[in-house]
Amino acid sequence: MPLLSVENLRTYFYTRAGVVRAVDDVSFLLEPGETLGIVGESGSGKSVTCYSILGLIPQPPGRIMGGRAIFDGVDLLGCDKERLRLIRGKRISMIFQDPMTSLNPYLRVSEQLIEPLLVHEKISRRKALDQAVTSLEEVGIQDAGRRLHFYPHEFSGGMRQRVMIAMALISRPEVLIADEPTTALDVTVQAQILELIKRRQRDLGTAVIFITHDLGVIAAFCREVYVMYAGRIVESAATGEIFARPMHPYNAALQQSIPALHQKGKPLFTIPGLPPDLSKPLPGCPFSPRCTYAEPKCREQAVTLQTMAERHQTACLRYQAGELNDLRAAVGV
Amino acid sequence: MLKVILSRFLQLVPVLWVLLTLTFFLTKVVPGGPFSAERQATPEVIAKLNEYYGLDKPVWEQYLAYLSKVIRFDFGPSYTYQSDSVTEVIARAFPISLQIGTLAFLIALLIGITAGTIAAVNKNKVWDYFPMSLAMVGICLPTFVMGPILALVFCLQLKVAPVSGWYGLDYVPLHPAVMPALTLGLFYAANIARLTRGGLLDVLNQDFIRTARAKGLPDHQIIFKHAMRGGLLPVVSFLGPAFAGLISGSFVVEKIFNVPGLGQEFIKSVFNRDYPLILGTVIFFGTLIVIFNLVSDVAQALLDPKSRRSP
Repeated sequence: MPLLSVENLRTYFYTRAGVVRAVDDVSFLLEPGETLGIVGESGSGKSVTCYSILGLIPQPPGRIMGGRAIFDGVDLLGCDKERLRLIRGKRISMIFQDPMTSLNPYLRVSEQLIEPLLVHEKISRRKALDQAVTSLEEVGIQDAGRRLHFYPHEFSGGMRQRVMIAMALISRPEVLIADEPTTALDVTVQAQILELIKRRQRDLGTAVIFITHDLGVIAAFCREVYVMYAGRIVESAATGEIFARPMHPYNAALQQSIPALHQKGKPLFTIPGLPPDLSKPLPGCPFSPRCTYAEPKCREQAVTLQTMAERHQTACLRYQAGELNDLRAAVGV
Repeated sequence: MLKVILSRFLQLVPVLWVLLTLTFFLTKVVPGGPFSAERQATPEVIAKLNEYYGLDKPVWEQYLAYLSKVIRFDFGPSYTYQSDSVTEVIARAFPISLQIGTLAFLIALLIGITAGTIAAVNKNKVWDYFPMSLAMVGICLPTFVMGPILALVFCLQLKVAPVSGWYGLDYVPLHPAVMPALTLGLFYAANIARLTRGGLLDVLNQDFIRTARAKGLPDHQIIFKHAMRGGLLPVVSFLGPAFAGLISGSFVVEKIFNVPGLGQEFIKSVFNRDYPLILGTVIFFGTLIVIFNLVSDVAQALLDPKSRRSP
């Protein structure tokens, strides 16, 4: 039985420029202890998907238009706020992209670190602080007893992200949502942080939803991948499958743009054009204006996700029709 | 930290010297003199008075003489209250303004921060528009309009406070400081409410508030523990000078309620060309402003750990 099942989630933002369909009919399943990756470029709706699940979307302007997110029998989208609050930070926690701004600069780290415990568990301050020291040690912060009482600005970026991870895991949640946790960090620190999340996940048996735009991270980390584009899932499969047998031209193009897979001296590959404006209705496939394989029908027909192989879904009309076969050849690696 | 405070205190000296020098020469430029209003006085009498107070000497000589006295904290005699020294006049009038000002400050803080917080939490809803439009009215209404309105309602209709004067009356329950303090307090409350709302909204949009929500903190903890500190920073920097201004007395409000406070003495001293009293009150106000600016800087540093290390 899945731990978390998101069905047909729609989150729209009502702005002056019109209704932005930031998340449009997204569904996915998360099994206990599993690692799931959501990949896509900026503005594809990856973060909004997860914020919606936890009720962190500012409303207004945001509004959840439909869908369900069943976690342990409770619909997180429909249940009352108090019930969701008690799940948030206790059973589902989150770490954010920018550790520089995600910790409160006015409060000591100790104060922020023990909050999930004080809110969700009947525990004395002293005990919570003891636990905080342990949790800092577990994320590799030395001299934790002293550093516990530092302010966030006294830590470096990588250290702050370690603090964030310690804070998210201190209540031993069943799900950890990691929203681009390494994007704002130095490249040298990125690998350490990823390794740390992986290790803590193994220790605690936490399921992880990993939001990223970095396919390399997905390859190293996730068992199951969902590729998002323009607020929709365009392809989903096990990680090996996603790389070995891409079934959507967008996924193929993404892989083609990984710099490390390039021959030296050749110009880097980029996908031409820009993601569509989500405040305008998109009749056909949202990727069709940028797609090298697009045909007139791609711009007109409504697209749906269809299962093509064991746990492998694609939203590409032409692939579904059997007109495209070896997208891997197009990647050229 | 202590070093910073000390160095700021030392800065007080040059600031006050500049203030004093400017005021001294400005008073000399203004036409007329302390005794020119007394029509009955013959030229001989005025010459005698000028000689007695040293006003017949060259200006720079007067300046040096004054400076040497000020260094010894002697602010000289008042020309208007001939039996009193400037220090005595201030010592008599300041406690009155201090009481009114402190009470006004507390009223302003209580109403301002409460209203601002309610507005910020209910952004763009009725409970935002309602207190904020009241605050706008409060800012637009000058004290010389608000004062008489309050006097009409509370003093003349409800008869709960004296209309004028500084002497407690048996048949009204409220102390005479209350109505002037309310007049001043409401005006400052309006400003504080707007600053509080702005500051809080700024902070509530920050990433760390989202983190706090993701941890499952209840709303009241998010607002009071996570948002309030940062949100009050702009208010605190306003409060220092505001408090100095409040306790040094408002001429308008003291005039409306006929209270013998420092604000009135200051304006009267200007009209009377009471040079030592003008200088004395200016130095007094200057000191208050510098000190309370320092206090609000210290308070800011206490609220914001990042600014603590840099001077």
